[in-house]
Amino acid sequence: MAEPLLQVRELRTHFPILSKLLRRPVGNVRAVDGIDLELEAGEVLGIVGESGSGKTTAGKTILRLIEPTEGSIVFEGRDITRLPLREMMPLRRRMQFIFQDPMSSLNPRMTVGRILAAPFEIHRVARRDQLGDRVSELLSMVGLPADAAQRYPHEFSGGQRQRVGIARALALRPRLIVADEPVSALDVSIQAQILNLLKRLKTELGLTYIFISHNLGVVSHICDRVAVMYLGRIVEMAPRETLFFAPKHPYTEALLSAVPSPEPGRARRDATLGGDIPSPANPPSGCAFHPRCPHAMPRCAQETPLPTRIPGGQIVACHLHGP
Amino acid sequence: MSAAARRQSLLGRFTRHRPALLGAVAVVLLCLAALFAPALAPHDPVELDTSVRFFAPLTHSAFPLGTDELGRDTLSRLLYGGQISLTVGVVAMATTVLTGALVGLVSGYYGGWVGTLLMRFVDMMLCFPQVFLLLVVAAFVTPTLISISLIIGLTSWMEVARIIRAEILHLKEQDFVQAARALGAGGVRIMTRELLPNIMAPLLVAATLKVAAAVLLESYISYLGYGVQPPLASWGNMLTNAQGYFDSESWLAIFPGVMITITVMSFNFLGDGLRDALDPRLRMEP
Amino acid sequence: MLSYIGRRVLQAIPLLIGVSVIGFGLMHLAPGGPLAVYTLNPTITAQDIERIKIIFGLDQPVHVQYLKWATGMFTGNWGYTFFGGRPVLWVIVERLPATMLLMGSALSIAILLGITVGMIGAVRRYSVWDYLATSGALVALSFPTFWFGLMAIFVFAVDLRWLPSGGMYELGEEGNVVDLLRHLILPTLVLALVITATYSRYARSSFLEVLHQDYMRTARAKGLRPRERLFRHAFPNAVKPLIALLGTDLPVLFSGALVTESIFGWPGMGRLFVDALTMKEYPILMGMIMFTAFFVILGNLLADIAIALLDPRVRLA
Repeated sequence: MAEPLLQVRELRTHFPILSKLLRRPVGNVRAVDGIDLELEAGEVLGIVGESGSGKTTAGKTILRLIEPTEGSIVFEGRDITRLPLREMMPLRRRMQFIFQDPMSSLNPRMTVGRILAAPFEIHRVARRDQLGDRVSELLSMVGLPADAAQRYPHEFSGGQRQRVGIARALALRPRLIVADEPVSALDVSIQAQILNLLKRLKTELGLTYIFISHNLGVVSHICDRVAVMYLGRIVEMAPRETLFFAPKHPYTEALLSAVPSPEPGRARRDATLGGDIPSPANPPSGCAFHPRCPHAMPRCAQETPLPTRIPGGQIVACHLHGP
Repeated sequence: MSAAARRQSLLGRFTRHRPALLGAVAVVLLCLAALFAPALAPHDPVELDTSVRFFAPLTHSAFPLGTDELGRDTLSRLLYGGQISLTVGVVAMATTVLTGALVGLVSGYYGGWVGTLLMRFVDMMLCFPQVFLLLVVAAFVTPTLISISLIIGLTSWMEVARIIRAEILHLKEQDFVQAARALGAGGVRIMTRELLPNIMAPLLVAATLKVAAAVLLESYISYLGYGVQPPLASWGNMLTNAQGYFDSESWLAIFPGVMITITVMSFNFLGDGLRDALDPRLRMEP
Repeated sequence: MLSYIGRRVLQAIPLLIGVSVIGFGLMHLAPGGPLAVYTLNPTITAQDIERIKIIFGLDQPVHVQYLKWATGMFTGNWGYTFFGGRPVLWVIVERLPATMLLMGSALSIAILLGITVGMIGAVRRYSVWDYLATSGALVALSFPTFWFGLMAIFVFAVDLRWLPSGGMYELGEEGNVVDLLRHLILPTLVLALVITATYSRYARSSFLEVLHQDYMRTARAKGLRPRERLFRHAFPNAVKPLIALLGTDLPVLFSGALVTESIFGWPGMGRLFVDALTMKEYPILMGMIMFTAFFVILGNLLADIAIALLDPRVRLA
């Protein structure tokens, strides 16, 4: 079996909270608190969760946009967790990021052409005279007209700007793309267009995606496997079908029950969640979900459940399933 | 475009601000006059002829604005003096803007102890009243045009650094900066290619206002004798003996001061208008 | 509250130290060095200069000199003047009351007038008054203070002979308050011009910001009359940030005072500075630079504490 493209073990990203007077660390925001992931080439892995779950931080940490506190990230067989930033440079060509907000992810003072030429300039992989062609190539790949290169981001719609963001991520032909809520800021009708574009590009260019979203509906369209995050931990990870039709973790069930169904009258589990998501600076003891869990047992407050592989192919971190 | 839409547009906002427009026109005229002083001045500004001293303005056709105590033509001296004063003003402004932008960019982008250190340094420099600092250094340095411009520039950059740093701190959080880092861009590239184009607006406003400030400062130190040295004329040093002229040759005390005031006013109005037009966020600060 | 004061004082200490280092550096970086008045004098031999150096302790390594100088500063020993050998600190301090009088009067006028003008401009935004106020302020800021002072003397003292042309007292009239006030008017107004203009702009933008807050609309909905709304609700909140600006504007006030005092012959610290400049009296110049810098730091500290007393939110920051 081929080696996985990406292997993440026990990844933690903590942000220190500093005291007012002397700026001493008095606590931690545990944005990512121990996640394990494996990604095969050509897959699309979705990471879902509410805001505060740590999914964006996880995506950025994997790309070393945020420094990990603990754990390991192995990309293409190489441990990149503590690699000096200079050595990360060549790797940047093989792993890229798509940002959520099409307004702020493009420099308002640069033309689209300059924005798309930047990757080539930074890595010096094209001559000056070739830049124009490369840019045109990228624009046609994402379905934008060639004259877009002379225009500024504010002259485009949200969907078009997101296409530019995608084109920028593709410029150096990466293998892995982490897409952080790429369609959340767009109108529903545009969302479908962008999702289809992403699917098409994946097939054409042989890409692997990590697709971060809070929207299960979107995730169901594009992902092969889905990981559900809560308060910095992965509570369930399963192939798409299994997750949607046979969720095991109470949190997943609650998330799914919130998804509006296009078939009114279809029976679904009613598992609404009470309360708010706790602060990642002060997570509950044991299983982070136990204060809101309808099936909580005394054990859940004392012992953190570990992710366990159960028959059926899922990985679940819950005392209801597993040891 | 409807009138309402035009009001919204940048140029619309600027032209609605009539003082700013007047300021712009005045600035252009002043710069032209300074540039073409040699062609416009009827006499050599240092040519002295005591037989024609103390002519009042509008009394002799050869000397439309009169002459001074050495028989030098006031109009010519005003024109050449303007050239000097504006040159010092612009060079000082360039020094200020370059230094301030550099410090602001570096301290804002890198943050950490470098940023804090730089900002503490800015705080310290700001504790000294500018004129005090300026005079002490000016009195002990040989006063050439370059040295005067430099010391004015090097005592004025602190506010620019603060403004730029604040902008950078805000811009740093934008996704496009993160995207550049994701692509592997280094600090220098991010500061020059990504951040710098986005701070041009506040820099332009600061530059305009700093020319005004520099002209004021140059005039004062030249008046005291520590700036532009005679026989070279600057509006400031033309006023050095002004108190002696009150009785009979009052025009010698009035004209240079009026020129300074008009010049500074024009740049101030232009800068103020630019600030209103270019960035609504900055409008909150005076 | 105490912790906030503690924090601010702690922050001020490195500032004081840094300022003293910069001041010391200035003194030694100047060409001719601290003994310029002597080295530039051709009648003084090189041996004399060496002796003077030893007397003033200038033959020691730089950091030793700094420490000696700095400890001297904090114990009140600011050195002696070159001419006359008088203690520098005393020379500066004896000029302090005159400068304080001038700065205080100008500041009072500037605050009262500036806030009033700014407030009117904000309340009657886009009206003729606002237009006049904003443009007028900008015009006022553009006058070179020294020339404006000269013109003021020209018009009021020389031409109209209403007011004296300089100095603090006529000879023999020391202690006569009326005479003092007559001499105080012009310099105060000249100094106040620029400060008022700056303040009116700050005040206007501060009031504008406050007037658009939601709580002002609530006050209006509650039925409060405009004057009540303005003075009980808008005023306190608009004025708080202006107190902070008092601290940051202190250096500008000093600079203006220097110019004004030298034009009007007002016997304050500013005049002392300009005179010391002509005579290249380093000890006085350095002493004054340090004095003003310390004063500014103290002023900022007091302003910050004043705000913290008035605005509880600041203490938590």
